[in-house]
Amino acid sequence: MEIPFTVSERPDTGLTNPKFGIWLFLASEVMLFGSLFSSYIILRTGSLDWPVQSDELNITIGAINTAILIASSLTMVLSWTALKEKQFKRFKLFIGLTILFAVLFLVLKIWLEYIPKIHHGHILSTNTFFAMYYLMTGLHALHILGGVVVMIFFWGPGSKMWQTNPDQFVNRIEVVGLYWHFVDLVWIFLFPTLYLL
Amino acid sequence: MSTTEHSRQSFWRQYIFSVDHKVIGLQYGLTSLSFLLLGFMLMVLMRWQLAYPGEVIPWLTFVVIFILLGLGILLLSGKSRPYLALNSLIFFGIAALIWYFTTGEERLPGGIMLPEFYNQLGTMHGTIMVFLGVVPLAVGAFGNYILPLQIGAPDMAFPRMNMVSYWVYFIGGVLMIISFFLPGGAAQSGWTSYSPLADINTGQTMWLVAMLFIIVSSLLGAINFIVTTVQLRAEGMTWFRLPFFVWTQFITAFLLLLAFPSLQIGAIMQLLDRVAGASFFIPAGIIQGGKVLEYSGGGNPLLWQHLFWFLAHPEVYVLILPAIGIITEVVTNNTRKPLWGYPAMVYSLFFIGFMSFLVYAHHMFITGMGTAVTTWFQTTTLIISIPSIIFLAVIVFTLWGGSIRFTTPMLFALAWVPMFGIGGLTGLPLGLAPPDIHLHDTYYVIGHFHYIVAPGSIIAFFAGIYYWFPKICGKKLNDNLGKVHFWGTIIGMNLTFAPMLVQGMAGVSRRLYDGGLGYDHAQPVLFLNEWMTWGAWIIGIFQIFFILNIVLTLRKKSRSEENPWDATTLEWATTSPPIAHGNFITEPFVYHGPYEYNVSVNGQNVPYLPQHKKMDIED
Repeated sequence: MEIPFTVSERPDTGLTNPKFGIWLFLASEVMLFGSLFSSYIILRTGSLDWPVQSDELNITIGAINTAILIASSLTMVLSWTALKEKQFKRFKLFIGLTILFAVLFLVLKIWLEYIPKIHHGHILSTNTFFAMYYLMTGLHALHILGGVVVMIFFWGPGSKMWQTNPDQFVNRIEVVGLYWHFVDLVWIFLFPTLYLL
Repeated sequence: MSTTEHSRQSFWRQYIFSVDHKVIGLQYGLTSLSFLLLGFMLMVLMRWQLAYPGEVIPWLTFVVIFILLGLGILLLSGKSRPYLALNSLIFFGIAALIWYFTTGEERLPGGIMLPEFYNQLGTMHGTIMVFLGVVPLAVGAFGNYILPLQIGAPDMAFPRMNMVSYWVYFIGGVLMIISFFLPGGAAQSGWTSYSPLADINTGQTMWLVAMLFIIVSSLLGAINFIVTTVQLRAEGMTWFRLPFFVWTQFITAFLLLLAFPSLQIGAIMQLLDRVAGASFFIPAGIIQGGKVLEYSGGGNPLLWQHLFWFLAHPEVYVLILPAIGIITEVVTNNTRKPLWGYPAMVYSLFFIGFMSFLVYAHHMFITGMGTAVTTWFQTTTLIISIPSIIFLAVIVFTLWGGSIRFTTPMLFALAWVPMFGIGGLTGLPLGLAPPDIHLHDTYYVIGHFHYIVAPGSIIAFFAGIYYWFPKICGKKLNDNLGKVHFWGTIIGMNLTFAPMLVQGMAGVSRRLYDGGLGYDHAQPVLFLNEWMTWGAWIIGIFQIFFILNIVLTLRKKSRSEENPWDATTLEWATTSPPIAHGNFITEPFVYHGPYEYNVSVNGQNVPYLPQHKKMDIED
C-alpha cells in the first residue's frame, strides 16, 4: 500500500506530504521559540539588575558565528539547486560545506564561548541572564546538532536514494533546507537579542 | 495488498511496532483506557480519605476486586484468545500498585493516608486523566482509528511517525508511573505544578521529564493529523463534505501543535531550575523550612502560570472538541436527519479554536494582573461561550422533529447535551473576575471542570466506543449491559460532581487533605463528602458492566452486519474491521455530504444515502 502524495504534489493543495509536514513543524517551532523570547522579555523587563549583555558576551565570536550560519544557508540552497540540475557531485560538495559550517559554528560556540564562561564561573545559577543565555543558545545549538545529524545522513548513507528515487531525494533535501533556514533565522533573532541589545 | 504479504510481516511489526493506523489507534485506546482506570483508582483512594479522614482505607478490598477482575478476564478469554487474556495484566498491575502504596512509611502506612501522599495522588490523578487518559483517547485512539477511514484515506500521511508518536507517549506514561517508586514519591504540586512550590517539591523532576515525552508525542501526532486531513482526502471529499468529527480532529490538532510548545519551554525551564540551579521561576529570598534557599533569584513565578495556561486552556478544548465531534456523528445517525446547521458548526469550530488562545489568563484572575488585563480576559472568555452554545443549539435543533432511535450510543449522546450544558454554564461565573475571586480554588472549580471532562468528554467517548465497536471488531456490544452501564455511570457522575458545586459555593478549598473537617464554614456541607464517595463507588462498580460487555462481546462468534447503524459516512464503506493495508478494497469516491438521511431520490425517500453511493438528490 502506498501513501499518496509522498513524492508528487496533490493537485488541489500543491503540496507534498513531507513539505506540508515540515511547515507545520516549523509553525510549532515558532511557538516554541516565541515562548522562549516572550519569557526572556518578561524576565528582563522584570529584573532590577540585568547585566549589560555586551559586556558579558563576546560580540566578535557571535558575529563570526552569524556570518557562518548565513553562509551555511547559502550552501544549503546551492546543494538543493545542484540536485535540481542533476549534478550529484556538486550536491555532495555543497551539503558537505553546510555540514562543515554547522560544525564550525558548534565548535566556536562551545570552545570559545561556553567553556571559557563556565571557567569564569558564569553558569545557569549565576543569574537569570546567564540562565536565559544558556537556555536560548543551548536549545538553538541542539537544533543545529539535529540538523547536522540529518545532513550527515543525507550526505552519506541516505544519498543512495538518489539512484533509486531521485524525486523523493530532492524533496527530502528541500525539507532539510527549510528546517535549516529556520534554524538560521532563529539565530538571526538570537544574536541581536542576547549580544547587542 | 494481498494476504500473503500481510502474513509475511513479523509478529512485532504486526502487533507491537505496527505502522497501521488502526493498530496504533487500538494501542492508544487500550493504553489510555488503562490510564483512565488507574487515574480513577487514585481518585477513589483520595475520595475515601476525604469522606472518612484519617480512617483506614479498605485497600485490601480494592486489591481483591482488581485481582478478581483480572482473573475473570483470564477465565472468560480462555486459551483461544491470548490477546484478550493479556489485558488481565492491566488489572493485576493496578492491584499491585495499590498494594505497593500500603508498603513503606511515607504513603499509606497501615492503610492510613499521609498528607504528602494525598498530594501525590491528587497531582497524579489530574496529570494521568488529562495528559495520559482523555487526550490520547480522544485524539490518539478515536482520531487515529476513525479519521483516515472517514476521509477515505489508506492510512495516516506519516505511518512511521504515527508509530513513534504512540511509543513516545507510552514511555512518558511509564515514566509517570515509575515516579511513584522513586525516593520522595511522585510529583505533589498539583497537575498545574505552580512555581516556586514545584521548583522545590520532591518528585517533580520525573514529572517534567515524562511531560516532555508526552508533549513530543502530541506534536508528532498533531502534524500527522493535519497533513492527513489536508492531503489524503478521497476524491470528491471536499471540505464541506467532511464529517464533523474530522473537522473537530483537524482543529484539535492545530491547538495541540501551537499550544503545547509553550508548556515545553515551561517544563524545560522548571527542569533547569531544579537540576541546574537556575532561577527562572524563583524570586530572591525564598525560604524553605526556615532557611533561605541558595538561588540567585530574579525569576518570575507568574511566568510559569502564563506558560502553563497558554497550553492548558487550549488543552481544555482539546478535551472537549473531539467529544463534540463524536456526539455529532451519533446524534445525526440516530435522529436520521441531516445535521441542522453544518456550516454554523464548522465556523464555530474555527472561531473557538482561534479564541481558545486568547482566554487563558482567566485562570489567573487572582494573581493581581491588573484590571485592564482582567477586563480583556473576561471579555474574551464570555465571547468564547458563544460557539459552545451554537454547538449545543445545533445538536438540539437536530433532535427537533427527528425520529430518534434510543440505541446505547444515542443514550450517552442525549445525556451529554444537558451534562455539557451544566459544565459550560457553571463556567460562566468563573469567567467573570468578581465571582471568580470568591470561587477560585474551591470545589466549585473542580465540579465545573469535571462536569466538562467526565460527563462531557468521557460520556462522549463511551458513546463513540459503543458506536464504532462494530466497526473495529465486527461485533455489536450488548444493548442491555450497555444500558445498565449508561444509567449507573450517569447517576454516579452526577452524585459525585454536583455536590462539589455546593461545597465550593460554601467556600471549601480544593486542596484540603481532610475534606474541610477542620474548617467551621465547611461543617454544613461536610456530609456531602460521603455522598461524593458513594458516587465514585457507583461509577466504579458500573464500569464493570462495561468491561464485562466488551469481553463477552469479543467472545461471541456471530458477527454483526457490516453497517449496523445504517450510517452514511465513509468508515462504513469498507469491511468491519477494515482490511489491514489500505483500509478500502476499492478506492472510495465521494458524491454527497456526510449526513444525507431520509433524502428523496427520483421521487422516492431514501432512508440513508452513503457518501460513496452515486445518486442524484432532489431538493
